[in-house]
Amino acid sequence: MKITTEAGERHVLAVTVDNEAGVLAKITGLFTARGYNIESLTVADITADHALSRITIVTSGPPPIIDQIIAQLDRLVPVHKVVDLADHEAHVEREIALVKVAGTGDKRIEALRMADVFRAKVVDTTLTSFIFEITGNSDKVDRFIALMRECGLVEVGRTGVVAIARGAEAL
Amino acid sequence: MTEMSGADMVVQALVDLGVDTVFGYPGGAVLPIYDALYKHPTIKHILVRHEQAATHAAEGYARSTGKPGVVLVTSGPGATNAVTGITDALMDSIPMIVLTGQVPTTLIGTDAFQECDTVGITRHCTKHNYLVMDPDRLGPILHEAFHIATHGRPGPVVIDIPKNVQVATGTYSVPEIIQHASYRPQIEPDAGAIAAAIDMIAAAERPVFYTGGGVINAGPGASAALRQLVSLTGAPITSTLMGLGAFPADDPKWLGMLGMHGTYESNMAMNRADLIIAVGARFDDRVTGRLDAFAPEAKKIHIDIDRSSINKIVPVDLAIAGDAGRALDALVAAWADKGHKARDYGEWWRRIDGWRAARCLDFPEKKDAAAEIMPQRAVRALFDATRGRDPIITTEVGQHQMWAAQHFGFSAPNRWLTSGGLGTMGYGFPAAVGAQIGNPNRLVVCIAGEASLQMNIQEMGTAAQYRLPVKIFILNNEWMGMVRQWQELTYESRYSNSYSDSLPDFVKLAEAYGWTGLRIDTLGELEDGIQAMLDTPGPVIVDCRVAKLANCFPMIPSGAAHTDMILQPSDVTGTMDDEAKALV
Repeated sequence: MKITTEAGERHVLAVTVDNEAGVLAKITGLFTARGYNIESLTVADITADHALSRITIVTSGPPPIIDQIIAQLDRLVPVHKVVDLADHEAHVEREIALVKVAGTGDKRIEALRMADVFRAKVVDTTLTSFIFEITGNSDKVDRFIALMRECGLVEVGRTGVVAIARGAEAL
Repeated sequence: MTEMSGADMVVQALVDLGVDTVFGYPGGAVLPIYDALYKHPTIKHILVRHEQAATHAAEGYARSTGKPGVVLVTSGPGATNAVTGITDALMDSIPMIVLTGQVPTTLIGTDAFQECDTVGITRHCTKHNYLVMDPDRLGPILHEAFHIATHGRPGPVVIDIPKNVQVATGTYSVPEIIQHASYRPQIEPDAGAIAAAIDMIAAAERPVFYTGGGVINAGPGASAALRQLVSLTGAPITSTLMGLGAFPADDPKWLGMLGMHGTYESNMAMNRADLIIAVGARFDDRVTGRLDAFAPEAKKIHIDIDRSSINKIVPVDLAIAGDAGRALDALVAAWADKGHKARDYGEWWRRIDGWRAARCLDFPEKKDAAAEIMPQRAVRALFDATRGRDPIITTEVGQHQMWAAQHFGFSAPNRWLTSGGLGTMGYGFPAAVGAQIGNPNRLVVCIAGEASLQMNIQEMGTAAQYRLPVKIFILNNEWMGMVRQWQELTYESRYSNSYSDSLPDFVKLAEAYGWTGLRIDTLGELEDGIQAMLDTPGPVIVDCRVAKLANCFPMIPSGAAHTDMILQPSDVTGTMDDEAKALV
C-alpha cells in the first residue's frame, strides 16, 4: 500500500480575532491538529484600542477542505470573522521581503540594476553588500529572490502575505 | 535498506534499539503493530489494565534500570489516558517513548472514531512529539525519538502513527550516528567554569552540596563521583526528593532530604551556608520555600544539563551547563590537580550538630504491643527488615511518601521511585510493576497510601498475570492524609472530602486477584507482619493500619522560609492568611 495526497488550490483567508493571549496558538493548533496546510501566516493588532487582531493565512487544499477550514476557524470562540478572499472578485495581496546580497564588481552592479527593475529599495549598504526592501505579491517576491540568488544572495526575511479586498466596503 | 510495513518497522526499530519490554494496551488504531508483535521472539509486551499505568510502569522500569521505558497505546482514549504519565515523566525527567496509534491520515481532522489531536494534546507535556505521515519517515523518527528521549535532560517523546502509515510499506534502515539538526545539548562542562567552581569550593567556610534527580539520571557513575567529591572536600550534603540514593544515608556527611518535609539540619544548613553547590537539582518551590529568604548568605554554583533550569528561579553566581556525571568527574579531577585538601569545617559541623540535636524526625509513640502503629515506625520497621536485601522502593503521593523519604535510608541510586514534580497519586503501584519487570530477581516494595493506591489498583491483574512478586505496603490511616494535614494547617480542620470512606477490604481484594493479603493492626504485629510479607512468594498486599491522625513533620508551610519550620504538631496554628492560602 502507498499513501497519496490530494492536490489543492491556494486560498488567502482574512481572520479577525480578539487580541488576547493564546489566540494564535489556538489557530495554529487547529491547523496542525486537523492536518491543514499553512503557507504563510501574519498577525498584528489593527484597532486603536488594541482589541482586535487581523490574521492573514495563506493555505491550500481541495475546495471541501477549504470550506472546512473556514468553518473550523469560525467556530473558535475568539474568532469574529473569517473571509476567504478568493470569494471576492478582486483583492490586493502584498508581502515585504528584506533581501541581503553580498558581492563586488559586476555582480553588485547587476543586483542594483535588477532591484531597480523590480522597484526594490536599497535600505542599507556597505562596500560589499546591499539590503533591498521589496514589496509586492508573493510571485514577484519569489522571482526577485530567485534572481538575487545569482547575484550573491546571503539572507532573506519575508513577512508573509497581508491581503485586503478591493472596493469601498470593509469585510 | 529494507522494504517493510510501518508496523514491522516499529518492531524492527525497537529490536535495533535494544528494547526488550513494551508496556501497552491494544486498540483499533494500533492493531497492525500488535499483529507485528504477536509471538515476537525478543520483545516482551506487558499488558496493563489502564493506559495511565502503562506510562507509570514504563517510568518505574526506566528509573530502576536506567534504560528508556517504552509504551504502546491506541488512539483517542488510549492516548489521553497516557497523558498523566507522560506529564509525570516530563516533570521528573524520565526517558520514555510513547507510541500512539492514530486514525488513518485520510481521516485526520474529521472527528473520526477514537480520534484525538494527540500531538496537540501532548505538545506541552512531552520533550518532543511527532505525527508520522509517511512510512519512509518512520524509521528515522523512531531512532531520533530514542536519541532525544535519552540525551540531554531525559524526557518523554510521543510518536503518533496513523493506522495507514502502519499498514503502508516504506524503506527502513538503521541510521549510523544520530546527529540531530538542532538539538545538541551541552554534555561536557566548560573547563574554565569547573576551575572556578573548585576555587569557590576550596575557599568556602560553610559549603553544602544540594543534589537532585539529575545525578540519578546521569547514571551510577555520577553517584560514585559525587561520593568521591564529598569525601575529598569534607562538605555536608543534602538532596531533593528525586535525588535520594545518590549519596548513602548512613554517611555522617548526609544531612537528610531538604525542603518542605526535609530535615531541620538540611534546611538550616542551606539557610546559613556561604556556598551551595547545586548538582542536577532545579530549585523547585518545595525545596526553596520563600524565595527572598532562600540561602541569603550563600554564593551558588549550579550544574545542570538543562540550561533553562539555571537562573530560572534562583540567580546563581556560577553556571555550569553539562551532564552531572561529567561535571562531577571534572570537579574530582580538578580538586586533585590543584592539590586541595579537605578543609577543617569544624565550626560549621558544630553548628550542624546543634541543628541535628533538635532530632526533627523523632515522633511520639506508645511502645506496648497493643499500641497503634505510628506510620513513621512502620516505615522504619520496613527499612530495618529489608536491610541487606537492597530493595527497590516505590511510593504513591502524600504523607506516606514523605514518611518514606524521611525514614527509609537509601544507599544507592535507582532504588527510590517516586513522583516528585507532578505528584501523581496512582504512580507508585504501576511503577513497582515496571520496576519488577526490569528487575525480576529484586525485592520491589510499593509504600502506598490507601487513597493513592486506589487510583491504579486495577493493576493487581497485571501483577497476577505476569506472576510479579511485588509487595504493596499500605500505610492505611483512612484519610487522604496530606489533604487532611493541609486542612488542619489552613482551614481550621474543616475536613472537606478528605476521608477515605467505603474502603475495600484489601485482604479480600488481594484474594480476589489471586494475591496474598495480610493485615497488621497493632505495634506487636508489625515486625512479624512485615516478615510474613517478605517470606510470602508472589504478590502480597499488606494493609498496615496506622495511627489515623498522625501528621508529617517537620514541615515548612508554603511561602515560609527555611528557618520557619514546624517541628511539632503543637506548632500548628490552624489557619493562614489569604496570601499563604493561595500558595500550593
